Amino acid sequence: MTRYLLRRLAHTAFVLWAAFTASFVLLFLLPGDPVATMVLGGGGSAALDGAQVAALRHAYGFDRPVPAQYLDRLLHALHGDFGSSVQSGERVGALIADALPQTAQLTGAALLLALLGGGALALAGAWTRSRRLARLLDAAPALGVSAPTFWTGLMLIQFVSFRLGLFPSVGAAGPAALVLPALTLALPAGAVLARVFTGSLRAALGEPYVTTARAKGATRARVYFGHALRNAAGAPLALLGLLVGELLAGSVVTETVFSRGGLGRVTASAVATQDIPVVQGLVVLGAAVFALANLAVDLAQPLVDPRLLVRTAAPRSVTA
Amino acid sequence: MTEHPPALLSVRALTVSYRVRGGPPVTAVRDASLDVAPGEVVALVGGSGSGKSTLAHALVGLLPAGGRRESGQVLFDGTDLAALPEPQLRARRGRDLALVPQDPLTSLNPVQRVGRQVAEVLLLHGLADREQAPARAVELLDLAGVPDPGRRARQYPHELSGGLCQRVLIAIAMAGGPRLIVADEPTSSLDALVQRRVLDELGELTRRSGTALLLVTHDLGSAAERAGRLVVMSGGTVVESGPTEQLLERPAHPYTRELLAAAPGLTPRRYAPPRPVPTVPLLTARGLVHAFPGAPAPAVDGVGFEIGRGETFALVGESGSGKSTTARLVARLARPTGGELHFDGREVTTLRGTPLRELRRRVQLVQQSPYASLDPRHSVARIVGEPLRAFRTGGPGAAGRRARAALVAEMLERVALPADTAHRRPAELSGGQRQRVAIARALVLRPDLVVCDEPVSALDVTVQGQILHLLAELQAELGVAYLFITHDLAVVRQIAHRVGVLRSGRLVETGDVDTVLTAPAHPYTRELLAAVPGPPKPAAAQQATT
Repeated sequence: MTRYLLRRLAHTAFVLWAAFTASFVLLFLLPGDPVATMVLGGGGSAALDGAQVAALRHAYGFDRPVPAQYLDRLLHALHGDFGSSVQSGERVGALIADALPQTAQLTGAALLLALLGGGALALAGAWTRSRRLARLLDAAPALGVSAPTFWTGLMLIQFVSFRLGLFPSVGAAGPAALVLPALTLALPAGAVLARVFTGSLRAALGEPYVTTARAKGATRARVYFGHALRNAAGAPLALLGLLVGELLAGSVVTETVFSRGGLGRVTASAVATQDIPVVQGLVVLGAAVFALANLAVDLAQPLVDPRLLVRTAAPRSVTA
Repeated sequence: MTEHPPALLSVRALTVSYRVRGGPPVTAVRDASLDVAPGEVVALVGGSGSGKSTLAHALVGLLPAGGRRESGQVLFDGTDLAALPEPQLRARRGRDLALVPQDPLTSLNPVQRVGRQVAEVLLLHGLADREQAPARAVELLDLAGVPDPGRRARQYPHELSGGLCQRVLIAIAMAGGPRLIVADEPTSSLDALVQRRVLDELGELTRRSGTALLLVTHDLGSAAERAGRLVVMSGGTVVESGPTEQLLERPAHPYTRELLAAAPGLTPRRYAPPRPVPTVPLLTARGLVHAFPGAPAPAVDGVGFEIGRGETFALVGESGSGKSTTARLVARLARPTGGELHFDGREVTTLRGTPLRELRRRVQLVQQSPYASLDPRHSVARIVGEPLRAFRTGGPGAAGRRARAALVAEMLERVALPADTAHRRPAELSGGQRQRVAIARALVLRPDLVVCDEPVSALDVTVQGQILHLLAELQAELGVAYLFITHDLAVVRQIAHRVGVLRSGRLVETGDVDTVLTAPAHPYTRELLAAVPGPPKPAAAQQATT
């Protein structure tokens, strides 16, 4: 188990390094002249004279050989230092740390909503004896996935906020302001979860051990929650790791639609203004969150299904 | 026995049907009636599709989705269970009547410790409180013959063998102290040896506690050994029922006679053609070893045997004995980690590329499950023709295609499949027909050796006989040799010329079938022989030999 954990941690470190290196190549090497890109991207006139450009280039270290630049940035990155924003001059680390709590709140709330909503939908679909209702509940996830996030966001603002006046439509003040954006972000994630969970739950309910449980005299609720649920949980759990990345990406649109501050907004503006150090910091952060979420999921899987702890060495046969 | 004691269970004219999507309901059980007296053992015998499993599940009110009781009664102690509302029926399930399901490996919840699964029955019916239940569960496991029950109770089903899982399921069934246990083919997926032990224990347990047992099985031999009365089902109806001896001696219905003729233990029937005159062996294995990486002991440990042309050599053993691994080594689907394998005078353990492909043409495989070994999306003609296409038999172009189609048609005829089967898909065929397709596919290249890995153990007894007969016929016609893997000595007697007995990766005994089966030298062979289900009468003779 310890060896497995170490191997997985090493794997995570590799993913982070790869994300850093890929972003370095894409952002710093490929544009040709990063300084010109940054200056132009900032919307400023290109009327910088040669001396100014040279000064900037020196300030960012672009006049040094590529391997030296790379090593320097990598070493700094290892200490959490991704340089400073071209636009504001603020440290990238501080910029991200400022925005992180808001986005963490948003995605955390969305994940919770997606889990509860998707789980409830799947359970209801498997539980109901009405064929019509089951078919309706089965179709709901498809609807949730196909509605674009910006559209659902605008619809929620229009009806829930403007017409009914229930929750605020903009800003980040208090839990009430969190409701609509979290709902918007949770909808596609919850739909995917519901779809997968319905399938695995139905499959589990068709297994012979469910017949055994019923033959013992177990009630329906006991069969569902005591036997089928845990057996069906593996697939949606595996999905959860992927959804964390999805939610992080979705926060860009959601935060813009609801005018909330957060990593999504930072990302949107950094990309728009080609603020390369900030973009790189965000890429590495995204990779870290994604890799750690999936590591957590993989470590949680054997708790759900003890069969996964079995060494898989023996049954593998050597084919010529 | 003219006067029956008052019945504990009395099924009266029960009809059960299944709803089918886009069609009229299909009747699975029609007008079935049977009685089980308190403490009595009754066997419900029939082939697959006879409706015996549906009837068993209908008794406990656990029909699969779409199943419905159309008419009739299930009287248990005078109450019609089929008319009982669900909560009341639930209170009786597991308490008054219990079910031992078919497949032990899938019938236990894989993510729950087995002790807890036994304790659940006690908790559900208020037979023990939370403190007592775990200890009672261990006692029940002990009672059901689980060795070291305290440790086993804390394990998960995947850490237990099939036989142990079935014992856990028996403990679950016994937990509520039921008056009737319905056992639905409780051992059909287990080895012959384990089958016998588990059935013996179940019989002993129910006898001691005075529990009535309704044993559902396709094997007339093992039914006859244990049940006082037999109920024979075919095509959804009960065709015959009565005391066991009477049914065995004077079967009235043709289906009963067919079952009787097919039961290997009851009517030892030889299918194998006469053994060809031994010449230079076709295949020689010497000191074969196969070790899986990380496994504590090699799966195959120094196995050696010879197979002559046109001869059937059977390898028999329990699961885990290494017999399937040996089959894979001989078919060169796996590479031995030690030893020699000569085929037609040539060392083949290290072959690769073209020579290995050439070997594949001459050594073919028939696998255990005809349900899993045929591609469900391909037509039968395509499945049988695939080896021909792979080796470009008949040459290129339209002429080649015609030649191959002719070979496929001829092969289908040889395995006695109707010509129109060619365009059908495996799902439209019965288990026996599918295995015929698999045999046709193996023989279409006219190989010298076919490795048959448990080719009949997934089939009903009557179909088993037909397939063995077919294999023997094809051997007489084509002169092909078989390496026949099985756990069932009764089958060995029917099909093989020579036999090797495998245990823990080693051959403990090899020889002529007649010699090994009538005068076994090794105690393990004798144990295997005792596990072959036979008629009740020679039980005395059996005792005399042990």
